[in-house]
Amino acid sequence: MSKLEKFLRGRLAAAIAAVIIGFAISAVVLAAAGYSPVQAFAQLFRGVFGKPKYMANVFIKATPILLTGVSVAFAFKTGLFNIGAEGQYIVGTVLASIVGIKLHLPMPLQVPIVLAAGILGGAALGAFVGWLKAKFGIHEVITSIMCNWIAFYLCNYVVMSDTFHKPNSNSALPVSSSSYTMILGNWKKSAEGKAFLKGIPWLREIMLKTDLNYGFIIAVLVAIAISIVLTRTKLGYELRAVGFNRDAARFSGISVERNIVLSMLIAGAISGLAGALTITGISPHTITLLAAMESYGFNGMSVAFIAASSPLGCIPSSLLFASLIYGGMSVKAPTEIINIMIGIIVFFTALPGIMPVLANRLAKQRREREAAAAGKEA
Amino acid sequence: MFANLILFLGITLMYSTPLVFGALGGVISERSGVTNIGIEGMMVVGAIAAAAGSYFTGNPWIGFLVAGACGALVALLHAVASVSFAADQTVSGVAINMLAPGMAIFACKRLFDGAAMSPIAPKLPKILGENGLAGTPFASLNVNVTTVLALLFTAIMWFVLYKTKWGLRVRAVGEHPAAADTLGIDVYKVRYVCVLLSGMLAGFGGASMTIGIISQFTQTAISGHGFIAMAAVIFGKWTPFGAYGACLLFGFTQALVIMLGGGDFVVPSQILSMLPYAMTIIVLILFVGRSVAPKADGVPYVKGSR
Repeated sequence: MSKLEKFLRGRLAAAIAAVIIGFAISAVVLAAAGYSPVQAFAQLFRGVFGKPKYMANVFIKATPILLTGVSVAFAFKTGLFNIGAEGQYIVGTVLASIVGIKLHLPMPLQVPIVLAAGILGGAALGAFVGWLKAKFGIHEVITSIMCNWIAFYLCNYVVMSDTFHKPNSNSALPVSSSSYTMILGNWKKSAEGKAFLKGIPWLREIMLKTDLNYGFIIAVLVAIAISIVLTRTKLGYELRAVGFNRDAARFSGISVERNIVLSMLIAGAISGLAGALTITGISPHTITLLAAMESYGFNGMSVAFIAASSPLGCIPSSLLFASLIYGGMSVKAPTEIINIMIGIIVFFTALPGIMPVLANRLAKQRREREAAAAGKEA
Repeated sequence: MFANLILFLGITLMYSTPLVFGALGGVISERSGVTNIGIEGMMVVGAIAAAAGSYFTGNPWIGFLVAGACGALVALLHAVASVSFAADQTVSGVAINMLAPGMAIFACKRLFDGAAMSPIAPKLPKILGENGLAGTPFASLNVNVTTVLALLFTAIMWFVLYKTKWGLRVRAVGEHPAAADTLGIDVYKVRYVCVLLSGMLAGFGGASMTIGIISQFTQTAISGHGFIAMAAVIFGKWTPFGAYGACLLFGFTQALVIMLGGGDFVVPSQILSMLPYAMTIIVLILFVGRSVAPKADGVPYVKGSR
């Protein structure tokens, strides 16, 4: 098998092909609707790479969907479909906000406690769904969807409640500032920090004009940790065994029920962390009234799918989607074109058959050449 | 009191109608062995197609048919992916749920000068005319014609699935495609037809929202209805009347939210809004027990594989 054939059979090629097809079809849609695809893509490109702060914002936007992506990917590897990342994320934001508003501890204590609150919230919701499946056999997709909406209204309830509502606004009170996780958040606003940043314009722009925070670093660490858990530990082996063949796992002495709950608990915890990091890292540092689902969980599904459910693969794919979503806001055509593009990309990642077909064709051509060469010699 | 009960029933029927169409779409697709998570997306496309079709032709029935056709068109994508290319049906469905609302709003902005909602379009009639039963306590039972159609379609699907040869084939394909294949049933064809029907029904569901209940397309006209319809499919154990009943229950809880919210009830509205979803979970725990999907549901069929 030649190198090219091998590459074409791989996952990376499938992902790249899906992205190229996504751009190509979107170009056709844009052209058909009377917009210039070249201009639109140039605007998209400038919206991502045009200024240092744009690039910083891509990393900020990638943080939650990297984590929800890892959450979905992890559950998928253990045979569960976590369509509930959305709700787990929301509960994460809600609990992190509640704790962050009520507590006023010094930062080294406050930040871990606020993050833990979010993690706990997501984990509890995930475990509830897992428990319903393990105990009553109710499909996790249904209960997750129901829980998404319950979380949605819970958030709105907390925002509007007397205790947490910020008067004359549609948001809750901000969390205490010791919960913030911006990179050098205090220093950059001090006289010393401002003086230092003045000399370095690009750094100044990133630091002062965005909410650059530690979230992405934490998210990457989580992705690595989950990858290790899945592939290098007994826990991961058992979880995957349950996902791969439930009966075989049960026969070899693994508790299927326990593992289902555990898997959803971990998946929920990761999504909950995503929510908590949004609260600590990004202004307005609190929850706001939701009018519609914000799609952090659903975008996480796209991230996981194009990464073929590899937690590490979620890192580049979250950056790709964040670029499309963030850069897409600069496109001067209806911004829905970005949703269309993402939909097409995900759609084509669902078609694993396309690239191998190409590989087969290459193999056939080579065989024919070899046969022809052999014929000449004879 | 009596008038309130009737009103309650009327609201229940009204809210359950779009769900019934969506759920029937889910039933037919899954009975043939193709999971359809994309019902939501197909409903959104149906919603804009119906509003646009009704607005531009002035005839809501044309809007209704256009919605079915557009829903089927979106379903064709799902069919090509999941039947011909043996793709992961969950992923394909999720993709459609991203793609279809994007296309719907893109089309809406293109058709209506950049507005994310359509102008007011002519609605489908009520069964007894605009003022039928007006002034009597039964006025709210003068439901939209789509409500009757939903029940009719449910009955037809029950008949087709359980009383006709073709229905038996569909069920066979969903349970054991290889066995069906050896008996000369064209598995791919059956699945294509079922997925297309599924999209058409979902399209009707979107239409029954935008030209049945409200009279225009808005971004939030369909928000989660397709997912609730999916829940109804499983809740109703993959049978047409089971799904219908499940949708009625959802409609009932929605009506409860509206009736309780209107009165001087002390529960905050956000907590009330959780009711339909919480109730579903409780009902599932109490009454449903293990729901068993068609055996080959979600499994691509590759001819000749074992």
